[in-house]
Amino acid sequence: MKIRFLIAAIAAVFVTGSAYSATLDDVMARGNLECGVSTGLVGFASPDAEGEWEGFDVDYCRALAAAIFGDSNAVEFTPVSTKNRFTALAAGEFDILARNTTWTFSRDTDLKQTFLGINFYDGQGFMVRADLGVSSASELDGASVCIQTGTTTELNLADFFRVNGMSYEPVPIEDNAEAKEQFFAQACDAYTTDRSGLASTRAAAENPDDYVVLPEVVSKEPLGPLVRHGDDQWADIGRWVLNALIIAEEKGLTSANVREMASAPTNDPEINRLLGTEGTYADMVGLPNDWAVNLIEQVGNYGEIFERNIGVNTPIGLTRGVNDLWTNGGLIYAPPYR
Amino acid sequence: MSDHSFVRTEMLDSQAPPMMEGSVLGWIRYNLFSGPLNSLLTILSGLLVVYLLASILPWVFLSSWTATSLRECREVIPLTYGEGTTGACWAVIRERYLQLFYGFYPKELYWRVNLTFVLMLIALAPILFPKLPRQMLYFSGVYPFLGYWLLWGGTIWTPFLTLAGLIVGYLVFNFLNERRGLLIGTIVGTLLIIFWFLLGVIPVAVFLSENVTPLAIEIVESEQFGGFTLSVIIGATGIAASLPIGILLALGRKSDLLIVKSLCVGFIEFIRGVPLITLLFVASTLLNYFLPPGTNFDIILRVVIMVTLFASAYMAEVIRGGLAALPKGQYEAGDALGLDYWKSMRLIVLPQALKISIPGIVSTFIGLFKDTTLVSIIGLLDPIGLSRAIRSDTAWNGIVWELYAFVAAVFFVFCFAMSRYSIYLEKKLETGHR
Repeated sequence: MKIRFLIAAIAAVFVTGSAYSATLDDVMARGNLECGVSTGLVGFASPDAEGEWEGFDVDYCRALAAAIFGDSNAVEFTPVSTKNRFTALAAGEFDILARNTTWTFSRDTDLKQTFLGINFYDGQGFMVRADLGVSSASELDGASVCIQTGTTTELNLADFFRVNGMSYEPVPIEDNAEAKEQFFAQACDAYTTDRSGLASTRAAAENPDDYVVLPEVVSKEPLGPLVRHGDDQWADIGRWVLNALIIAEEKGLTSANVREMASAPTNDPEINRLLGTEGTYADMVGLPNDWAVNLIEQVGNYGEIFERNIGVNTPIGLTRGVNDLWTNGGLIYAPPYR
Repeated sequence: MSDHSFVRTEMLDSQAPPMMEGSVLGWIRYNLFSGPLNSLLTILSGLLVVYLLASILPWVFLSSWTATSLRECREVIPLTYGEGTTGACWAVIRERYLQLFYGFYPKELYWRVNLTFVLMLIALAPILFPKLPRQMLYFSGVYPFLGYWLLWGGTIWTPFLTLAGLIVGYLVFNFLNERRGLLIGTIVGTLLIIFWFLLGVIPVAVFLSENVTPLAIEIVESEQFGGFTLSVIIGATGIAASLPIGILLALGRKSDLLIVKSLCVGFIEFIRGVPLITLLFVASTLLNYFLPPGTNFDIILRVVIMVTLFASAYMAEVIRGGLAALPKGQYEAGDALGLDYWKSMRLIVLPQALKISIPGIVSTFIGLFKDTTLVSIIGLLDPIGLSRAIRSDTAWNGIVWELYAFVAAVFFVFCFAMSRYSIYLEKKLETGHR
């Protein structure tokens, strides 16, 4: 009798607890957005000397805050590790996770997350010392390779060498920082991880020109922001903030000119719809009419964010490549805003 | 009469000691070159020390303090000290030392952290040095609540009401203990405190701050804590709470009451059988599954509880060692004097048992303080977590040793101080049974 009551009480707590109220309302009531980011990943999320977070993923959160509040600083960052990111999101410790997370089937379905799109197409690559004279990963037969244990990159590496009928000698490494030290100390001929990670590792080298990133990409790592299942309106907002950043670049809207473009309707109806000078599209998702203007003005379009944090003029020096707009032969593509 | 005397009438002049006694040379001869093997070992160790210093010191001193990025360091150092020099880039410490100490605590509120730290030393002083006036202990009792308020901010009513609840609970316990006996007193007092904490404190605090006076200072969120501030908060709370809990557990394990004994043994063996990392993951991840979604259970509080439980289990075993080392006659003496259980423990057994356990207790403390760096694995930005975050800044990407060296140096200061205090205490109490 008592036990049955106890079970009923516990069940009641879970049922009432799991009925989420609308995330947007919670965020509005709180007065700021809470965003889960990496505890530190070069170019994607890192705190500066003043404790202000900056980076590619951080800027997405700032754009979302600007869309909701008109203020890109109305956001609080919670650093999470790779291990606790999904549970922390599920538990509601923050509203959105932007932590260079690969979109996979099981994360989408089994872990009950909603991925909002892809803001960076990454993929596993190889880096070697320039004096090896290797120009392609297919010449790596018999090489020793530094590899992080227990990751998908380890499995991808095995697959790649098997498919190409080559052999290799793995040098197992615990984490990225150690891999860096080992590779620079010539403990292995090649180092393999995501290409953005390779680029930042290369940038940290005493003399980056001593190392080359090989052209082959051996896996797909589409990275993007995600929210928990159960609040579709909130997912829509996050998805269309990402899309607005991409559309803005496509239409040539930048942080410098967006205010002027929004002052009066232009000849391009999609720009007008996005910037709120035509129609009342923002109402459909519960955002203020000038949300896109605010976020583009304060954070910039997709291209600006890319160039500022990880582009060719930063020490990381990534080219746009597949992350260029579809109109330039890349994969970055947003559905129409109508 | 002859003036032959058989006893010398004047003193001989005192002579200098043999050259090898009490002089530096003698010390060296005696300690370092007392035989062929020792001489060889001395020379080899000396060469090793010289070799190590020769490779480390240039790195430490041929360094840059002013650069703004690792890239600049690498350009500036060869320019200043000559081609091919590789020195430390201490500039990263100069730029980030405040962050390493205070985490993301608001800059204009640093004084609150400093004040809390100074007050902590004052609160610790009467516990560490018995010569100080005993009235200071009242401040030590109030300090945890004051420190919490200073660090996290908000209204003072919450910590005040919590403290008041504890005091009232204790008074009720005292009152009932004298009139109705120990058991009733303990049960009523404990229940009262638990109910007050769960149901009373927050509503009354809200009511008082809204209707009487807020008495509030600016709130600082747990996410803004980091660096050594976080280490010291977790370490100090863990240390302060684990000693009393550990004593109770140790007494419980030696108790004759079956239920108490099995509970304590079960707790100690369970916690000691599980790595601290696992407990931290439970705190950061698993608890979220058990608590209703949306529950805001502070992450620092969760971690502090886990660290305290972990340390208490180890502490209990250290103290049990002290209890076991005490001759049986001491327990029997307590009984023979007609003291009840708590009195004989408090007055006879524990003072001696704790004295024996001091080295073990302090080494558990030091271990606990160093273990606080494990919280970086669950995403809290303690000094180790912050050094990873700093490395991920594009300006400092690739810097490793400088940050670790700095963190290690600060930890050394704390741990060395604890270790010296333990030696002082042992000397004062003369723990060795000589």
